[in-house]
Amino acid sequence: MENKTQANTFMDEVSAIPGGEGIRLCIQCGTCTASCPNADKMEHTPSQLIAMVRADMRNEVLSSNAMWYCLSCYLCTVRCPRGIKQTDLMHALDCLAVREGLSSKRTHTPVMYRSFSDFVYSLGSLSEVGFMALFYLMTNPLRALRMLPVVLDLIRHGRLKIKARRLSPEATRQLEAILDKAETLGGVS
Amino acid sequence: MKYYTYFPGCSSSEGNSMAYGQSAQAVSGVLDIELIELEDWNCCGSTPYSSIDELSSFCLSARNLSLAEKRGFDLVTPCSSCYVMLNRTQSYLKDYPQVKANVDEALAAGGLEYHETVKARHLLDVLVNDIGYDAIRAKVKRELEGLKVASYYGCQIVRPRLGFDHPEYPESLDKLVASLGAEPVPFPLKSRCCGGSLIISNEAVALDLIRKLLESAASNGAECLVTVCPLCQTNLDAYQSRVNKKFKTDFHIPVLFFTQLMGVAFGLDDEELMLKTSIVPVERVLAKYL
Repeated sequence: MENKTQANTFMDEVSAIPGGEGIRLCIQCGTCTASCPNADKMEHTPSQLIAMVRADMRNEVLSSNAMWYCLSCYLCTVRCPRGIKQTDLMHALDCLAVREGLSSKRTHTPVMYRSFSDFVYSLGSLSEVGFMALFYLMTNPLRALRMLPVVLDLIRHGRLKIKARRLSPEATRQLEAILDKAETLGGVS
Repeated sequence: MKYYTYFPGCSSSEGNSMAYGQSAQAVSGVLDIELIELEDWNCCGSTPYSSIDELSSFCLSARNLSLAEKRGFDLVTPCSSCYVMLNRTQSYLKDYPQVKANVDEALAAGGLEYHETVKARHLLDVLVNDIGYDAIRAKVKRELEGLKVASYYGCQIVRPRLGFDHPEYPESLDKLVASLGAEPVPFPLKSRCCGGSLIISNEAVALDLIRKLLESAASNGAECLVTVCPLCQTNLDAYQSRVNKKFKTDFHIPVLFFTQLMGVAFGLDDEELMLKTSIVPVERVLAKYL
């Protein structure tokens, strides 16, 4: 028998994610949007995104470029009169979009985040050179050429190391075991 | 002597902000603080990991917290992003039993446990609250008299509400700068965003934010900026020439880590503080104090 509970709505899905529960409290005052440094670059403003979740527009929300423009500056979060953790909500939508394979192709940020995370997963530490090289290879290698002056400046001032910091073999194995276990637990929701 | 467990983060340890890590250690020595590096710590995952896979991102921080718990001291980081990730993990473990259960299970796969007893703090918090402005002032050998400084906090040292300073109008760094004898200038954008990692994936967006910060600092007469975060420093310093090119501006504002400025006032030498690693040269404005 089909159980038509509220759990079928996108709003319920989002509010079941830790950090997403505040979505029910929004009064659409627009404070988050007015505070956001990047609201004008987003296909949907932060407050629109909340309204769209509540209107059950799952596909439109998850394929929006909006949350990928979030800078995690937390200005919306500290200003929201309803105490909604808007930044955490953006992260939750990012993760959901990734899981569903819907993350926006109209910004390179999802690929950049993925390159970063892959490096951290495999090394336990971030290799700045490696991660940037991987990102440019996956997006637009020609852009790497335009970044050459910045890279040369960093090298000239002794700030770029090719060799990444490595954890001890035991620590590497331990971290891998933890992260692999986390993956089988399938996210936080 | 005060003891802390030290979490440098990738950038300040062997990454492009080594000057931050090294100067942090140097000024800590002067202030009788021992920062004992956490052995075999891993990357905090920062915003990218938490936007791809939240549970794994909590586990990255939980492993570090668990290792730190065995030491028993506060966990101190100079990086605002590490600071937010560690505290974000703490608050999720506390507020969401389901997150706690999953993280515990993942940690157990690595033979670890975490009992939520560690306090994760930013280095600025430790210096101004555990050591204090007067004790810092007492160590000043070269008063930075007349130096006009824009104190830049950025976002993640004060937001979300992490407690030690105001989330939109912080003052601790300004007071620290003043205790070195320098003059903190009004800087209305002091807790606005530098563009973060979007400098890599969406440069135009970040450059615009960096330009606004540089303009605000310059128009208030700042001769240099001080930062409390590796990424803020990189964006404002290494990308300043990109801002000038894109917006036809002519900024030449040195951007120092706050620990470097403290080191100069404490009379430490410029090599120890790695002042030459700044892209926009700092010597011009600091010459009379070195």
